[in-house]
Amino acid sequence: MAKVLIPTPLRQYVEKKDSVEADGTTVGEVLASLTGTHPDLRKQIYTDEGKLRSFVNVYLNDEDIRYLDKDKTPVAAADVLSIVPSIAGGAERIA
Amino acid sequence: MPELTQEEVLRYSRHLIMPEVGMEGQLKLKAASVLLVGTGGLGAPLAMYLAAAGVGRIGLVDFDLVDHTNLHRQVIHGTSDVGRPKIDSAMDTMREINPNVKIDRHEVALTSENALQIIANYDLVVDGTDNFPTRYLVNDACVLLGKPNVYGSIFRFEGQATVFAYEGGPCYRCLYAEPPPPGLVPSCAEGGVLGILPGVIGLIQATEAVKLILKTGEPLVGRLLLYDALAMRFRELKLRRNPECPVCGDHPTITKLIDYQEFCGVNVHEPTPVPTVETDVLELKRKLDRKDKFTLLDVREPHEVQIGRIPGSILIPLGDLEKRSGELDRSAEIIVHCKSGGRSSKAVEYLRKSGFSNVSNLTGGILAWSDKVDPSVPKY
Repeated sequence: MAKVLIPTPLRQYVEKKDSVEADGTTVGEVLASLTGTHPDLRKQIYTDEGKLRSFVNVYLNDEDIRYLDKDKTPVAAADVLSIVPSIAGGAERIA
Repeated sequence: MPELTQEEVLRYSRHLIMPEVGMEGQLKLKAASVLLVGTGGLGAPLAMYLAAAGVGRIGLVDFDLVDHTNLHRQVIHGTSDVGRPKIDSAMDTMREINPNVKIDRHEVALTSENALQIIANYDLVVDGTDNFPTRYLVNDACVLLGKPNVYGSIFRFEGQATVFAYEGGPCYRCLYAEPPPPGLVPSCAEGGVLGILPGVIGLIQATEAVKLILKTGEPLVGRLLLYDALAMRFRELKLRRNPECPVCGDHPTITKLIDYQEFCGVNVHEPTPVPTVETDVLELKRKLDRKDKFTLLDVREPHEVQIGRIPGSILIPLGDLEKRSGELDRSAEIIVHCKSGGRSSKAVEYLRKSGFSNVSNLTGGILAWSDKVDPSVPKY
């Protein structure tokens, strides 16, 4: 069980909640149970081949899972997972 | 090193009496040059405060015009500036704040052809863009030229900020190797933004720019700062240089600027879309007046309907269409509309794939309805 923080653009896929508790002992398991109960979210953060999309990063506490053990990174009950996608706001039409 | 005039000594006195800035720091600011890419939400507070702080030369890149919808956040532009080039309006405000600052106009689109030449002329770059092609272009150009890139981005109530490409630190591609496909991530124009948010994020960028110039404090390097205005919470995530990064990694494969529109999948190599059947707003008006039998389907969000609607429409937000398409009659004529036509053409495509045969898209959406049929429906 771990807490997953959901960023604004993805809250529409998890009943507008800003965090969701999900089961699992690794990052992969927690995300699988989260996207299992929220299939619309799955399409947003995973490719059809089941890989995390390249504009979506996942952090265990403050560390990017790409520099830990990726999907296999162990998750303890007190840990917080964050999904951080790229966002695009600022000035329009510069290029 | 330049010197300060008496007027400048007085103007900057609250800087001069702090040891972290002092005369030496203020002269560094005066000798410094900063390029602001964009004078929109982020660029507005940036340009005003960097001018006020006494940065000697500020370059502005923008070729947009001031629009009414900019005014709730782009505080460098005023109501009387609507319709003027943003770059002119921004320069007027900055000159009024601090006439000592030299301002360079770059009233152009930043492209792979001109970016290196423009950026090379500055000590550092502050990225205030909202689109992925320019963001990757600015990133790659800064890495190739070795210029620090002070980054910020916003969405609704959330912002991100960090400093890229500073003394071997990570770059934007280390954070996100590739952009999302077009249409998946909404822009401010589609997703909305709290007007104050770019002020907060833009001023974090301004703070970092000034710190980099002064070489004081701990720069926001290797740390991604996240801000959530609703929760009023700042968080920090670790950001590392990716040794396999194609532009700043150990064996870079990108050694010159590329085609960023193509890289971001904008209007290139896309399969030719099936032409949607379009209905003009004047034709819709005639059909409504004749009391023709058809369904007018509004696929916007409920809070947009509160702003204004076309009489007789039914609402199913685009995101709910898959679940609720059973509510629609497959044999009926359906005209779909949204704000300006983007979401409704997606809805038309989906409905056609699901077996609805008589579906068309209202060209230009409710904005066109307001322009050509009923100006009492507000534009937004």
